[in-house]
Amino acid sequence: MKIVLNGELREAPTGTTLAELIAAAGFEPERRGIAVALDGEVVPRSAWETALLADGARIEVLQAVAGG
Amino acid sequence: MSEPFELAGRAWHSRLILGTGGFGSLEAMERALVASGTEIVTVALRRIQPGADSPLDLIERLGLTVLPNTAGCYTAHDAVQTARLAREALATDWIKLEVIGDERTLLPDPIGLLEAAETLVGEGFTVLPYTSDDLILARRLEALGCAAVMPLGAPIGSGGGIRNPANIALIVERAEVPVILDAGIGTASDAALAMELGCAGVLLASAVSRAEDPEAMARAMRLAVEAGHLAHAAGRIPRKPYAVASTPPEGAPSL
Repeated sequence: MKIVLNGELREAPTGTTLAELIAAAGFEPERRGIAVALDGEVVPRSAWETALLADGARIEVLQAVAGG
Repeated sequence: MSEPFELAGRAWHSRLILGTGGFGSLEAMERALVASGTEIVTVALRRIQPGADSPLDLIERLGLTVLPNTAGCYTAHDAVQTARLAREALATDWIKLEVIGDERTLLPDPIGLLEAAETLVGEGFTVLPYTSDDLILARRLEALGCAAVMPLGAPIGSGGGIRNPANIALIVERAEVPVILDAGIGTASDAALAMELGCAGVLLASAVSRAEDPEAMARAMRLAVEAGHLAHAAGRIPRKPYAVASTPPEGAPSL
């Protein structure tokens, strides 16, 4: 299936969870200051393991950066 | 020095809040944060870059309180979603709320700002809104339950100082929540003026981070905020059109 991670189109196996995607993308899931939105809605860290991605899912993985 | 600064139910020693944008390196940021004496620093949320430096470790090591912001949000929807993500990422209910109305000036969108503030206050956020120097808007934000109002002195990053000191003074006079001058500060005298006008604090970033010597400017800002606050509390003499002799005329010799 196709998903969009931080604005980039990617292939992911059907049944991929959010936690699996984050690990596969090389992000450090344990790192503090990370938050994830799936189709525009916040997914709490506690739900990353169970959140299943659907074809066309839009995922944003954000972190705190210098700014503002 | 003077009495502590009450903000969002806590007492702070420093009345200077620093932004983290614009520093050449994390080392430069660290030296400036230390020199500024700040206790609260604001950070933005952006797409993660694997291996990229995050200012969080530094902020935590220095024992500072992190204030996430919604910098770069142009709609109430984006600002609300960014605030929710920031709460998840940083485990804080605090949010420096920015809803920008125009790319060229980065001036706030007052309509979007009110809408986002109402939603976020309703969700239990401690909302610190970046706002226009407009009394009525400030009072509307206060009435919605914002923990402070943060009027701009001049556009973000412009270093334009405080373009309309009378408006800031009006907001200070009428607001019951702390007024924090946010944006426009260019140099130390601007920060001192904000405090002399009665602001409870000053939030600035570029004036320090883009100064030739950020560490020295951070110290200058610290002193300016303290000096301005003391001067405001001390009560300045009234302005008069003519001189008032400081030496009594009595006892002057006839020569």
